[in-house]
Parts: sequence; C-alpha cells; structure tokens
Amino acid sequence: MGINLLYPEYEVARNMDRCINCRVCERQCANEVHSYDKEKKIMCSDDSKCVNCHRCVALCPTRALKIVKTDHTFKENANWRGSIINEIYKQAESGAVLLSSMGNPNAYPVYFDKILLNASQVTNPSIDPLREPMETKVFLGSKPNSIQRDKDGKLVNNLSCGIELSVPIMFSAMSYGSISYNAHESLARAAREAGILYNTGEGGLHKDFYQYGSNTIVQVASGRFGVYKDYLEAGAAIEIKMGQGAKPGIGGHLPGTKIVGDISKTRMVPEGSDAISPAPHHDIYSIEDLRQLVYSLKESTNYTKPVIVKIAAVHNVAAIASGIARSGADIISIDGFRGGTGAAPTRIRDNVGIPIELALASVDQRLREEGIRDNVSVVVGGSIRNSSDIVKAIALGADCVYIGTAALIALGCHLCRSCHTGKCNWGIATQEPELVKRLNPDMGYKRLVNLVSAWKHEIKEMMGGMGINSIESLRGNRLMLRGVGLNEKELQILGIKHAGE
Amino acid sequence: MIWRYFVTPLPTKLDESQLDEREFTARCVMKINKGIEGAYVFSSGKNMGVFKAVGFPEDVGEFYKLYEYAGYCWTAHGRYPTNTPGWWGGAHPFALLDYSVVHNGEISSYDTNRRTIEMHGYKCTLLTDTEVITYIIDYLNRKVGLTLEEIAGVVAAPFWQVIDNMPQGEKEKYSYLRKAFSSMLITGPFSILAGFEGGIMALNDRLKLRSMVIGEKDDMFYAASEECAIRVLEENLDRVWSPKGGEAVIATLNRGVL
Repeated sequence: MGINLLYPEYEVARNMDRCINCRVCERQCANEVHSYDKEKKIMCSDDSKCVNCHRCVALCPTRALKIVKTDHTFKENANWRGSIINEIYKQAESGAVLLSSMGNPNAYPVYFDKILLNASQVTNPSIDPLREPMETKVFLGSKPNSIQRDKDGKLVNNLSCGIELSVPIMFSAMSYGSISYNAHESLARAAREAGILYNTGEGGLHKDFYQYGSNTIVQVASGRFGVYKDYLEAGAAIEIKMGQGAKPGIGGHLPGTKIVGDISKTRMVPEGSDAISPAPHHDIYSIEDLRQLVYSLKESTNYTKPVIVKIAAVHNVAAIASGIARSGADIISIDGFRGGTGAAPTRIRDNVGIPIELALASVDQRLREEGIRDNVSVVVGGSIRNSSDIVKAIALGADCVYIGTAALIALGCHLCRSCHTGKCNWGIATQEPELVKRLNPDMGYKRLVNLVSAWKHEIKEMMGGMGINSIESLRGNRLMLRGVGLNEKELQILGIKHAGE
Repeated sequence: MIWRYFVTPLPTKLDESQLDEREFTARCVMKINKGIEGAYVFSSGKNMGVFKAVGFPEDVGEFYKLYEYAGYCWTAHGRYPTNTPGWWGGAHPFALLDYSVVHNGEISSYDTNRRTIEMHGYKCTLLTDTEVITYIIDYLNRKVGLTLEEIAGVVAAPFWQVIDNMPQGEKEKYSYLRKAFSSMLITGPFSILAGFEGGIMALNDRLKLRSMVIGEKDDMFYAASEECAIRVLEENLDRVWSPKGGEAVIATLNRGVL
C-alpha cells in the first residue's frame, strides 16, 4: 500500500482540562477512534476513523469532546474542490465504486425553502385549532368514478379498499437489515400509537412484527425478498417498489455478511449469501407488466389491500405516473432525489433524479389534465424535513408524505451518512447486537410518536391560519403558496405565483 | 353591453354532439366564457333568469323590468365585494343551467375546489368562489346524481367526530360522501342560497362563520343572511330560526321545507 494521501475531514477536539479518562468515548465508538494511552495516562484519538456521528460527544460526561471540521486544506480551487480530490485518491487506491449513505447532501435548490404559505386576514377568519375542530385525517386510495344506489335509493359504498391515517404522514420504507430490529420495532409501535403506517422495505417482515400488520405497508421489490402469502396478507397495504429516490435506476445489494440469523429468515435468503435486488423487476419491462403485478397482488389478497407503486422522481415522472394511475394501482408514491438510503453509489445518489417539489407539481398537474387524479392518491417523500414541508407538499397536490430520514433523526441518527459501514453507533443502521441494544425501542417509539404529534399540532396551526379546517381542502390548494426567488419556469412548473402577485 | 337571447340548441348540432341538451348547453357556456375574450354567459337556464347590475336594487329592478316577471322562487343579492372592485359581472347569482348560487363569504378551499372541478370539464373563468360552488352543485347534482341533501354532506361535510357518533346508516352515508368527494369539501365562511328547478337550498359552512336566518309564513319560505331582510318582506312570521352550520335547509315547491 502506498502513502495514504487523505487528511481526515474531521478532527476530534478534546479539552484535556475536562477529560477525566473515564473511557466512555472509547467504549462507545464502534469505529475505534478513541484509545487510552496508558503511559501518558491520557485519551488519544485517531481522527482518520471518525465519521462525525457525535456518539462520543453526546455521551461524554464532562463535555470534553467536540468534532470540528478540519482547517487543513488544499490550495483553494473552486473547480477541483477538496472533496473531489479526496474521492480520486480513494478510487485510485481501491479501484472501486464510491459508496454513500442517506440523501444527496449537495447544494441543489431546496424548493420548499423558496415557497411561502398564506394566512387569513380580515375577509376570511383564521381558525383557532384549540377552539375549533381541525381535521387532519386522510384516506388514501382510488375514488369511484360514479355512484351506485341500491333498490331503495341508498348510496352503495363502492369505494375501493384504502388506507386511513390520522395525519398525512407515513414512515417510508426501511428494511429490516438496513436498519436494526430495535429501529423496526420503534417504527412499528410508533405507527400504531400515532394512527399511521410504517413500511417494511424490501427486507420482509419479522415474525414479531406481524402483530402490527394493520399499521404496516409490506413492500414487494425487485428481489422479492420475504414475499409470500402470509406476508402479503399481514399488511394494510402492499407497495411495489420500482425505484428509490437515492438511487433511481439501480438495484440494491445487501452483502452476505449481513445475511445472518433472523435477517436471513425474514428475507428468506440463505445465511451468508448476498441479497441482490436487480435494477428492474425481471417480470416488468413495461406498463402492461406492472398492471399484471398490481392485479396479481390484488388477486392474491382477494382485493382487500390497496396497492402502492413507488417510483423515483426522474425526468419523465409525470408521464410515468400517468401510466401507473391507469395500471390499477391505488396509490403512487414518488421519491425525490434527496431521499435517503442505507447505501448507494455516490455518483448515482448525487447526480440522478429530480427534486420532489417539481416532480410532485408536474405529476399532480398532469393527472388533473388527464382527469385521472382521483384514480390514485399521491404520496411523496425524498426529504420532507418538517411540518411546513408537509403543508407545502399537500398544497402542491400530495395526499400524504413519507418520512424516512426525519424518523431516523428522531431515533437519534446524527446524519453522519455512514450507514453502509454497518457500524452505526446509535443502534439504527447496524446489526451488531452490542450496537443495536443502544437503541431502546421503548424510548424510540415515544420519540417518533412525539415527532408525529408535534408536527400534527403545527400542521393544524398553519391550516387554521389559512382558514382551512380540513386537510382535504388544503390538498392541491396552490393559491395558498407563493414562490420567492424563483424564475418564471420554476413557478410555472410548480403552478404557483410569485410572492407579491 | 348586455344582450339577451332566447336560444335552443340546433337539433342537428345537438344530435351530432351525442350529448343531452343540458350538457350541450353547459359546454357552450364554458366555450364562450373561456374562448371569447370579454364575453360571458351569465344566464343559461330554462325557466330561470339571472339579472346582474351595479347600482341600487330598486334601479336594477326597474332596469330589467322585473315587475314583468312572475316566479315561485327569487333570490336577490346585494354585494359588498369582499376583495375585488365592484363589477356588474361579478354580482351574484352565478348560474349554470337551472342552478344559481348567491354566496356571502370567502372560501379558503377555492383552489382545491377549482382544480378538482376543472378536471370534470368546467372552466373557472370568473375567478370567484361563487362560480366554483355553482359548478360543484351542478356537477354533483346533474352529472353524479347526488341529491341536494347529499350535496350538503359533501360541500359542508360533518366533522369526522360527528360522523363517528351517528347511527350506523347515517354514518355510512356521510363517511362515504366525505371519502368519495373529499376535494369538493368547501371550507371557510360561506352562507349560500342555491336555486334549482323546483326550489331553493340554504346552506352555511360547517363552522357557521356567516349568519343565515330562515323565516316561514304560511306557504312562503324566506332565507337571508340577516333577519331584517326577511322582516322587510314579511313582518309577521310564523317561525324564524337559524339553521346549524352545515345543516341544509331545502324548500321545494310541492314538498315544503325539508
């Protein structure tokens, strides 16, 4: 091996006046950054191993630690930035594809931050959610095209099966394998408590979690891991995963080293063998094949479960969504290019796909122009960061949002973007028993419930301010939005006016 | 310039379109309103006329020679424009075919409702919330086939907590209406009078953010935002009451007040 040309990106700053050599940091760090120098009787650190996950910082009893970005720098260069040079060093060393985790961190525009909400003044009273009912309940699923009456003239319930949610939020797909048992348990229990749904991802459903079936979306992805009759029947809905915002166009790969014990059983993959999800579904090469799979899943569950089709937001997303809306699917889920992942090739994550705000606006508009918006519900994900993002997404036309990264942050994730190493110090994206037990599901689920209920309160406040007392009157209500600092084309695609108009 | 024509669809054109007469007429109205700049069809009903103007009510009545007309149902609306300058075309009622709506309020669900109704062939050209309410009533009644009472359950749907406590049959009905037509829920303050062939419906928003009073005297039915408006016409009423928010009061020619 040649000289390591990399200087660590982060440095562990240890205040030696405060350090009491308790060695908590050493025990807490799965990356083995910290060590005790017996001769000098001081704690040392190897910055090169630090992923900046803040575990040691959070647990240091004397606040002796912090992580700082190194001020070591290459000669300033706006083109050949340090990160680019470092990546070349890494690839020259390894000959391999660069891997990353979580969502695209680059400085692309965040349209949610350039959209502002309306509020009532004078002519239309704002509504106080503490005094008046404020409804956030939503139903996802297709709407009937016509009514039917029985012989007495009573309306016949011809609604297809759907999903009922207390608030338009669901936990997005994260497989058991990519995240830990305890993380899954937290999500499942929180979904039940909060009256929403979580999603198994493509890792199958652990036997222990069948009890949360009515709050579970079971996913069918290209690898078909863990898919069998009981699994399909266990959930409240079935999601066909065609794509993922973090890595549109490619499949997935869970290395054999992670296929152990329960994960092997749940995925139905022999221990130690790699779980490869192909890039396409090998039985779906066009829209008519998708329709077949949608109806195969409906048939096998006796038409009792709505089917969601999840796609990544790509250039032609509106036309693709239009096809899906005619395929028999009840719900379309669109994942923006900032969506998270347990592992993705860096180049794909950082360069493929489009922002969810633009994808959502164009899908909603296209479905309306074609008169088929009511055939499906639209769920969006791919970096929904807070309750105002949700309100804006719904006003742009979404029925509901998926949150993944935000849910993990609620569980303690510090967005160090190192999930692919499997050494998550917070017990989330790891399968090492010692690390997994750091996440206590009894506390984890409460934090998730807190997050959802806090956001629910905020959504109600914003709705009330706009004089809207039911979430369905917010859906697609683009007059409630104004852009700031957006050009004509962006405003046109978003279907909103500029502030001041 | 106001022109008044009495027209029927050309039978050959009507046959060719393979539409019923009302749908054909409604599409013509949309076509003119959308396609001909500055031209709007304000009245397109049979046995239903709409008269609009800016001015004092008595002058408007005289201008249109209202004393020459007889009718079993009248709605009048003096408008204090909420947030637009007064324009005679913006005066209520808004009408399509035999549906007319006068509306006091400002709805916060406008763009949701507009974008939904435009999926069904309507074009909102007048940019007021009353127009969209008219189209929703036309769509739900004429095209979908809901009764007026059911329409009230859509546009001023009961809250879920109310629906959950209803007897089973009612619960199923209102739950179905809310789920199936969720984008046609109207929020924000409104009190509307919807005229239709054979009667009139009075309806408030479900929080009752605008007032609405009903008066009855023998076989006459009065509905107004303010009681004083009714008293001007009839001092000695048999009954005066305010319907609850979201509670539709429907008066029909032969079946009385529902």
